[in-house]
Parts: sequence; C-alpha cells; structure tokens
Amino acid sequence: MGTNYIGQPQVRTDGRLKVTGQATYAGEFTARDLVYGYVVQSTIGRGRITSIDTSRVVAVPGVRKVFTHENLPEYLKRNSADYSDPLAPPGQPFRPLHDAEVLYNGQPIAVVFAETFEQARHAAALLWVEYAEEEVQPLLRQNLDGATREDVPDPPTARGDTDTAFAAAAHTIKVEYSQPRHFHNPMEPHATVAVYKEDGTLDIYDKIQGVASSQQYVCGVFGLDKKQVRVVSPFIGGAFGSGLRPQYQLFLAVLGATELKRPAQVTLTREQMFSFGHRPAQLQRFRVSTDAKGRLTSLDHTSFGETSRFEKYNETIVAWTGLMYDCENVKLDYQLVPVDAYTPNDMRAPGGVTGMWALESAMDEMANAAGLDPLAFRLLNYAERDQNEDKPFSSKALRECYQQCAERFGWKDRPTQPRSRQEGNELVGFGMATGAWEANQQKASARASFSADGQLTVGTATADIGTGTYTVMSQIAAETLGLPIDRVVFNLGDTDLPESPIEGGSWTVASVGSAVQSAVRMLSLRLLELAREYFPRRFKHAELGDVTFSDGFMQAWSSEPLELTGLLEKAGKEIVSVGVDHSPRKDRGDYSTYAHACVMVEVRVDRDLGNVRVERIVTAAAAGRIINPKTAENQILGAMVWGIGMALEEEGLVDHRSGRIMNANLAEYHVPVHADVQGLEAIFVEEHDEIVSALGAKGVGELGIVGVPAAIANAVYNATGVRVRELPITLDKLL
Amino acid sequence: MNNFSYQRAGSVAEASGVATEGGRIIAGGTNLVDLMKYRVENPEHLIDINRLALGEIEDGPDGGLRLGALVTNAATAYDERVKERYPVLAEAILSGASTQLRNMATNGGNLLQRTRCYYFYDTGSPCNKREPGSGCPAMEGQNRILAILGTSPLCIATHPSDMCVALAALDATVNVTGSGGDRRIPLADFHRLPGAHPERDTNLEAGDVVTSIDLPEAGFAGHSTYLKVRDRESYAFALVSVAACLELDGDTIKEVRVALGGVAAKPWRDPAAESRLVGKPATEESFRTLAEALLSGAQGHGHNDFKIPLAKRAIVRALTTARDNDSK
Amino acid sequence: MSSNTESATENGYPAAPHRNKITLTVNGQKHELSLSPWTTLLDALRQQLHLTGTKKGCDHGQCGACTVLRDGENVNSCLCLAVMQEGSEIVTVEGLAAEDGTLHPVQQAFLENDGYQCGYCTPGQICSTVALLEHDRGNSPAEIRDLMSGNLCRCGAYTNIYNTIAELQGAKQSGSDHE
Repeated sequence: MGTNYIGQPQVRTDGRLKVTGQATYAGEFTARDLVYGYVVQSTIGRGRITSIDTSRVVAVPGVRKVFTHENLPEYLKRNSADYSDPLAPPGQPFRPLHDAEVLYNGQPIAVVFAETFEQARHAAALLWVEYAEEEVQPLLRQNLDGATREDVPDPPTARGDTDTAFAAAAHTIKVEYSQPRHFHNPMEPHATVAVYKEDGTLDIYDKIQGVASSQQYVCGVFGLDKKQVRVVSPFIGGAFGSGLRPQYQLFLAVLGATELKRPAQVTLTREQMFSFGHRPAQLQRFRVSTDAKGRLTSLDHTSFGETSRFEKYNETIVAWTGLMYDCENVKLDYQLVPVDAYTPNDMRAPGGVTGMWALESAMDEMANAAGLDPLAFRLLNYAERDQNEDKPFSSKALRECYQQCAERFGWKDRPTQPRSRQEGNELVGFGMATGAWEANQQKASARASFSADGQLTVGTATADIGTGTYTVMSQIAAETLGLPIDRVVFNLGDTDLPESPIEGGSWTVASVGSAVQSAVRMLSLRLLELAREYFPRRFKHAELGDVTFSDGFMQAWSSEPLELTGLLEKAGKEIVSVGVDHSPRKDRGDYSTYAHACVMVEVRVDRDLGNVRVERIVTAAAAGRIINPKTAENQILGAMVWGIGMALEEEGLVDHRSGRIMNANLAEYHVPVHADVQGLEAIFVEEHDEIVSALGAKGVGELGIVGVPAAIANAVYNATGVRVRELPITLDKLL
Repeated sequence: MNNFSYQRAGSVAEASGVATEGGRIIAGGTNLVDLMKYRVENPEHLIDINRLALGEIEDGPDGGLRLGALVTNAATAYDERVKERYPVLAEAILSGASTQLRNMATNGGNLLQRTRCYYFYDTGSPCNKREPGSGCPAMEGQNRILAILGTSPLCIATHPSDMCVALAALDATVNVTGSGGDRRIPLADFHRLPGAHPERDTNLEAGDVVTSIDLPEAGFAGHSTYLKVRDRESYAFALVSVAACLELDGDTIKEVRVALGGVAAKPWRDPAAESRLVGKPATEESFRTLAEALLSGAQGHGHNDFKIPLAKRAIVRALTTARDNDSK
Repeated sequence: MSSNTESATENGYPAAPHRNKITLTVNGQKHELSLSPWTTLLDALRQQLHLTGTKKGCDHGQCGACTVLRDGENVNSCLCLAVMQEGSEIVTVEGLAAEDGTLHPVQQAFLENDGYQCGYCTPGQICSTVALLEHDRGNSPAEIRDLMSGNLCRCGAYTNIYNTIAELQGAKQSGSDHE
C-alpha cells in the first residue's frame, strides 16, 4: 500500500455519489413544509411596469404568496450597494423586484410561492402585467457611439510608436473580429433552497462557486449578521462562471423563506438561465505589421465589449496582445458599450478566449501575409519576457508545447496552400493557435484534523464545480500525512469552514491546494510534537524533515515506524486539529505567471454545403505540476469542447427590437453534442515552477479553451480559403 | 402547464368524439407536453390514445406497408421491413431528434409536430400562428431557420419533421378516422401552407384521429438517401433537408422524387419538375435543373437567404449520393 | 375507460381533478401516488419519491439529464406525464446498482474512466448507455456518438464518456478512437 497520490490518476473520491445519483445539488435539498417558488419575467426590454394584477394568481389553490415590486417589504428597499458581492463590477447591482423599472427583457418581476412546483408554475402564468415600453437598444453595434472608457481599468501602457511602425512595415493587416453573446448553460439550473429557522437564522443551499459570496450578499440585502446565515453548496452541476456572483434566485428564495417563515426553494427554468450574465458580445479591431522577415513591428488592438446600463463589466482582453509576442510598438484600447441587457458575467476563460480568438486569428492572417508557416511565425516572434509588465516569466514552456504538439499532431503535413486538400466532398485544413491563462494564487485557509479512528478530515470553503476539487485536495492531504486516500474526508462548500477564495480563475489547486498542504504539514508537526513527548526514544531529536509519513505511520530516520492512531491513543487524544492561513510567496509579484498551451486542429469542411466538422484537436499544455492527470486531462478535453462550441455553434440570438433572447433553450442555443466531438487529445508538458505556488501547480480549467476557437477558424481558412471573422462559423458563412 | 383533465381512450371512436368536443389527443407527448410547458398549447382536456390498437406495422394495400399511428419513431426506423424496403424513411427518422425522443414519439404525432419558429415558441412575442392577427416579428427578426418557399405575408414558419420529408418523397397516405368516418389523405395534402390561416398546420378536422400511414409499394430502396444539413452534427433541426429517391435504367432516370425539409410549412415537392427529368441522364446537370425548378419561387427574408443556394446544392448532392448508392 | 379520478364530471368531461390515483413502478417497487395529471414523471420522481438522481436540466426534452429507462428504453422523463406511465417499468439511476451496493458495470466504467465532471448529466448518460448496450445499438464510433447525442454534457466530458462506452462494448480500436 503506497500513499503517494500527487501526480497519480486518482479516481474521483466523489465519483460513486455521482454515478449512483446520490450527489445532492442545491435545489435538491428538501425540508418539511418546503414551498416552491416560480419566477415571472418581463416581456419588454426597457420601460416601466404600469400595472400588475395578481388576483388570478392568488386564486390558484396552493398559492401562498406572490411577491412583486408592489409588495416587497420596505426594509428590503435598500441602496444598490447593499446588493453588492465580492465580484460586483463598478456600478449599481441589480435589485430584484425593487421597483417598477424594467432594465432588460427577461428581468424577474415577480415570484409565486405555492405548495407544489406545479401550482406555482401554473399560477405564475396567470400574472397580468401592463407596461409602458420604451425604445430598446440591446445590441452592441447599435450602441457603438455610446462606447466609454469610464470605470474601465486602463489596459497596459502603450509602447513605441505603432503608427510609424505600421506605415513603414513590409506586411500589414487591418481586420475586425466579432463574437455574439454566449450563455454558460451549466446542466444544472441555478437553484436555492433557503431554510428559515425559528431563531431567525437561515441555512441556505445555493448554487454558488463561493459560499462566502452568497453569505455576504444575503447579509447585505436582508440586514443579517454572518452568524445568522450559513450557506452550503456541496455539489455544483457545472457553473463555468455563472455561479461566481449570487444570482436572483438566491434573493427570491431567501425572500420567500423569511417572509413565509418556511423553507423555500427557487429553481430557475432553462429559459431563465438566459436572464442573468453571459459572455458579452465583442467587437475587436486589429492593425498589425511585420518587417520583411515576418517579425512583428506593430500591434494595435481596440476592443468594444457590451455591458449593461447599470454595471460596467470588464474583462482582460487586449492585454494578451501586448503579452504574447515580442513587439516593440504596441497600442491597446478597451471600451465598454452599455446596452439594454443584463450585466455580463465571467464565462470560462473570460477575456482570455475573447482576446486570444481575435489575436490568434490575426496572427494567422499576419503569418499568411508574411508568407510564413503559422508555427514558424510564432516561434520567430516568441516573447521571452512579459513586455506589458516588464517582468520575467516564472516559467514558460510554450516553446516545448509548440514542439510537442506539432510532433504529436503531424503539423509538418499541413496543406501549405489554402483550399489545396480535398478528400471526397470534404476540404481538409489544419490550423493552430496559442493558448494562455494567468496562473493566479489567492490567499486561502484550511483546517485539518486527525482523529483517533485514523481519519484525516480537511475542510475549507472552496467548491467543486466538476473540476475535481474533492479528489485533488484529498490526494494532497493523503500524501502529505501518508494516509490511504479512503481515510481522508475533504469538506468544502460551507460557510462554517475556513475561508477559501471563490472557485474560479483556475486558481483553486494552487490556492486551496497549497493551503491544504500547509494545514496537513502543520498537523504533522503537531503529531511530531506529540511523538516527541510520548515516544521520546524515537522522536525526541527529530525535526519534521527527519520524519517520513506514509501508510498511516510516521517514522524518524530508520527507527521503528509509529502508527498514527497508536500515537493518539498513547497521548489520550481523540483528535488533533490545526488551522492555517496560507498566502502566496512574497516575491511572486516580481514575476509574470502564466500557463501556456499550443492547440492544433484538423477540420473538414463540406465543399458544397459549408458545414464544418472538427476531425481532431491536439492540445499541449504547460501548466506547472499536475496533481491528478485524470481530472486535469478531463478539464482540458472539456475546454476543447467549449472551444468547438464557441467557434462553430454558440450564439445568443437577440431580437433587435425587443432585446429578447430568441433561442433561450438548449434545442436552439447550440452547444456541442456527442456527435460533434471526436479525436481530442491532451498532452501535458512538464514544468517545475516553485514561484507560482507552493505546490507548483498552475491550474488548467480555463487554459484549454483559450486557443481553440482561433485554431478552428484558422483551420477553416486553411481548408477553404475563406476567413471568417464573425463567430460562430456556421455553414452559411462558407457557402 | 395549465390545469387540465385527463382520460384514457377505449376506442378510436371515443377519442374522435372527445376530440370533436375540443379535447386534445395525446400519444407520445414529446411535442404537446413541451408546448404545454411553454404555454403555447393550453388544452383543458387530454385524451390519451396510447392503449388503442394502433401500434403495429403490417402489410398495407397494394403491396405496401402500413405504419400504425402509435408505433414509435424508433420502432419504425429499426423495423427490418422499413430498413429493407424504405431506407430513406429509416434514415430520415434516425436523423431527427434524439434516441430518447424517438423512443417516445409516435408516427402519428410526428405528422403533427408544430414549427420551431422562435417567435411561435415565445409567448412573450407576437405570432400569427399562435395568436392569429398578432403579427409576425420573424419577418424582420431572427429568421435564419425559417421558410423560403410557400410563405405568406403572415407567416414564414417551417415544418420541423424529418420523417414527413421522407414520407412526402414516398407518396405516403395518412389514414384518418373522423366524425364522418374514415378518410385517406395523401401526404402532399396533409400539411398546409400558411396563406391567410397560419394557425392551421394541417387539413385535419376537429375530431380526426390519425390511425396509420400507408407506404406505397415503391420504396426506392436501390437509390435513395436522406441528407440533413444542420448547425451541429446531431440533435438539431434541419436548416435544409432532402429526401432523394431515384429509379434508374442504366444511367437514365426512370423516376425521380425529391422532397425538401426545413424550407416551408410542409415538405416541398414539385412533381411536374420531377417528371421533366424522366428519360434524362442521371447527371449533376440534370439534378441542377431539378434543383433550380424546386427553388424557383424561393424568397429569403434576410438571415435565411442562404437557404436558397444551400437547398440547391443539397438537392444535387443528395441525388448524386442516391444515384451512387447501390444498396440493391 | 377513464382513469381513476377523485372528482365528478363537468360539461361531459371530468372536471379538472387535483389528483389522480396511480400506481407507478419504479426500480421494481410499486408506488401508490396521488398526483395531478400535469405532473411529469420527472417531477413525480424528484418531488414525490425523492429520487433526485434523475435530473432536471431543461424540462423540455432538449438535454437528456432526465433520462430514465421505461420498459428498457431510454426516454426523457420530463416529457412524460406521470399519469400516463401506469403499467410501465421505470428504472432510474438509483435502481441500477445491486442491492449490496455493487455498482452496475456501466456505473463502474463511468467511475473508472472519469466519464463525467460535474455529475449532473451523469445519471442520464448512464441510463442512455445502459439502453444502448441492452439494445446492441451503436455499431460504429459515429453511430455511438449520434445515438448518445440526446445527452448533453456541458462540461464536455464526451471523450471519456465515449471511451467508457467503447470499452464496455469491447469495441475500442487500438491506439486512437477515430475511425
């Protein structure tokens, strides 16, 4: 029996619960007297509610209460700031049911609570609403003249002189890329069960990527103290960013619970999953030049992103252009365009995949203009240093990614001329792109306890959104204390646990994993202290570095191993516990820290019908130390599927007059299905980086999507000779 | 869903009687329950016909095959006789929906699927099909998936079925029992173009119960194909689909049938244009002539303009594939 | 031959009854339920029988999270009215493992191949896989993928799910999986 787990393809510790249907997601918690809420949405995109008639709603048997702006309790008519959460962008957070104003189409304007879900659903349809409708401007392009830099963080400072360099260049391109609104659509709809208790405290089961965010929000809005609000979220049926900010179902469920003094559940419908947060539509303009040899001489990138009229949601989009390639003359600009829509929300690799889809398409165009192979072009312009920040990279094995990916994929067989290879009715094309994602580490805390029954319990208020947090943390904890993994219990998703950062940004393994490791190390030190006291012959002079923990034993040098349970027994202790706060190392800020990837794609495009099929994708990723190759590979593979969706399928269709999302369902908002996905392969390129985190891990959740849309678009160009600059690349654009 | 009452039918006559009085017949329920949840359909009474004896596939008149109205789409597509004799139908069915939906959906219900127009499904938007006289925002709105043929100023919805496209090409007949007795409705006359009454999808009368579908003897098993062009590889409605059937004499066309899906409120055929190809060589040039004829009246509405060239190319491709298919 | 309802008739039709008494057979067990005709099989499973392993992803037959086995065939329980399921054998993800807790081979294979991420679509994927194998369908990689396309996985775990099925079929080609 070995207890080395880090780096091993460990089967998920929560897997059995998932394959047997026993994993309980937020909306599935139940309680006696549970009342069900059903949300009613506005059908106009801007204006005011002039009258709202609930008489037919309350007449439905089983209905207990309808909340609208007309009967929202006075004490909840608070300032916008009270509705804030840790990730709220500048502006005024949305206040559900606050007043008669309609800010966007699909806005929640009422919630009906009834004894059964079906009664609530039926009654909700009977609400009669009249509006004074105003002109709606829901689209980015309609509103470009309203573009603003107000409340937008400055992009990296310009360097050199792009105008002069562009004018003098041997090869130039000037292009514009656009993408539509994307919706997260996790399989599990957002849901909250709020359990009101007699003492006025609340237990809340919420779909959230960070329980502390929901707690802060509920405390702010309902005027409660943290001690009165416990938020629990053990399983999350996918989130991809949609669970980063508390959503309106949380407010509505807590409203129902506190007013009715009963447990209340609000689960959004799939249609309602299109009514909060999305990846914003984006328009990006590039002016790029090279010298005669293909060396970049200027990069000029401006991006326009949509936001709501009440919050200034911003992303890091243009900075990638100054970071990825060696170039002396760079000018970056980023502006926001308020439209009649809800505020966008981070969605897998926010900003990164948006910026890089455009940049990496532009690099492909530039390579073609300069007559270079796209891979050779990238190697020629390889950035050895972060020129935006003027810092070295903590590690950057991108060159190895390029090389290993090219080898595995067979890049040398690339058709050198566009539209030059055909098999049957299909045109064949290869494309590539670079991917990158910032390797962040946040402060995190963790608690670790070893009990006399031999169990190690570790807890911190992080989340597992499918990424494998339960498993990876259990691996780290098990190996650190040298225990079989089935003797480790890892708890997460509970505000009673020590604080963790929000589960996002691909920083969980680095941040929480480092904290878990640190807590268990601290615990092992405590055990050593006990051992010194109770087993002095073996341990009196031992320091932590002299002791090996493995297979449930501790051993100083080569003395006789001591069983940990025996130690507690001898010491007369039921449990030994420690808590730690773990911070990134201090000199981390002296370095630029990123994970990198190379993506290569083969597509097949029907010569006559234009439909694109992804034949295969190889991603080579350098993401520091991989704790669990099984779950990490799964993350990269899944992200590639997201890349396929973004490149070829996903598009929120907005009616330009009403601002309604016309395909707010999974039949018409196309995400990839099984049949769209084949031939995906992920390779991990070794990296040792102790600056990035104590564990050496960088995170993989976002990295895998970043390069994929551009690689597909570039492959489509290689196959067809048609450059599609407007996502998604649907067949009509290739006819 | 609105509140409704429910009963099970003991006979076709009972179902017909209840339906005459305004009850809605439910079989597989895949489309009706879906629409009820969206409040597009709000029946007050449902009559469940699943226990009626309409669940067999048997020999039909004149050497054909009779498909019971309650046979599921899956059972139809996997039936050995259908696969052998009418492969274009099996292919069409299997290209539609998902395994789960095909396991539930019945042949009768498939005929009665309603359009997937976004505005029809969205009770927050006007729609002449859902609410006569309320208007058609699709005309100037999101119409990429909508019709290019047989439209009216009131409606540009399409019929979403794949199965019906193959049935149209096969010249199937729908058997119906109504208050006035039994009728046979050729598939070509089953669905309606919108005209002045887009709210009426079919020529069924109140109280009509679809009991079976007759396939004629000729199944074009030798040279046929179903081509579905869509936005993802599976589980998506057709942008354009083609059921192509050929009978060849050497390289010469003896008979040709082409039905188009995704372009109109009914499967689209042009028998006159088909007959002009008889005796012509089975070449891409001939196929193009037919494609041009079929699309001669086509009109786009902006987002869906691409369907016109796409449909032409799809027809040529499908006929070429059917010609080169040599399954017999 | 109308089903058993608790209320009288009205205008020749049964008045909208609040409840119909039905017997549902789920995982081999008969359950006497009193439910409204507009209650779906999915909602009856989740809310009345507390079998929440069957998931609600879209409630419109567009995602497959609610997939259960009805008389051995995979169907979308969200589009089934519960009242119409009398006489059918329903099997949910909770009914697959043996009584002693031994996982069904499909469950075991999903576990070992990491054929999931968030787990929300997993019960549906598993039920569809069970049906696919039972009916011996999916004779090529492309056909397997097509037949499984009614089960969306937003995490994008398709590669591992496909590998799981291919392994179960013993049909996996050596090396890579593209045909």
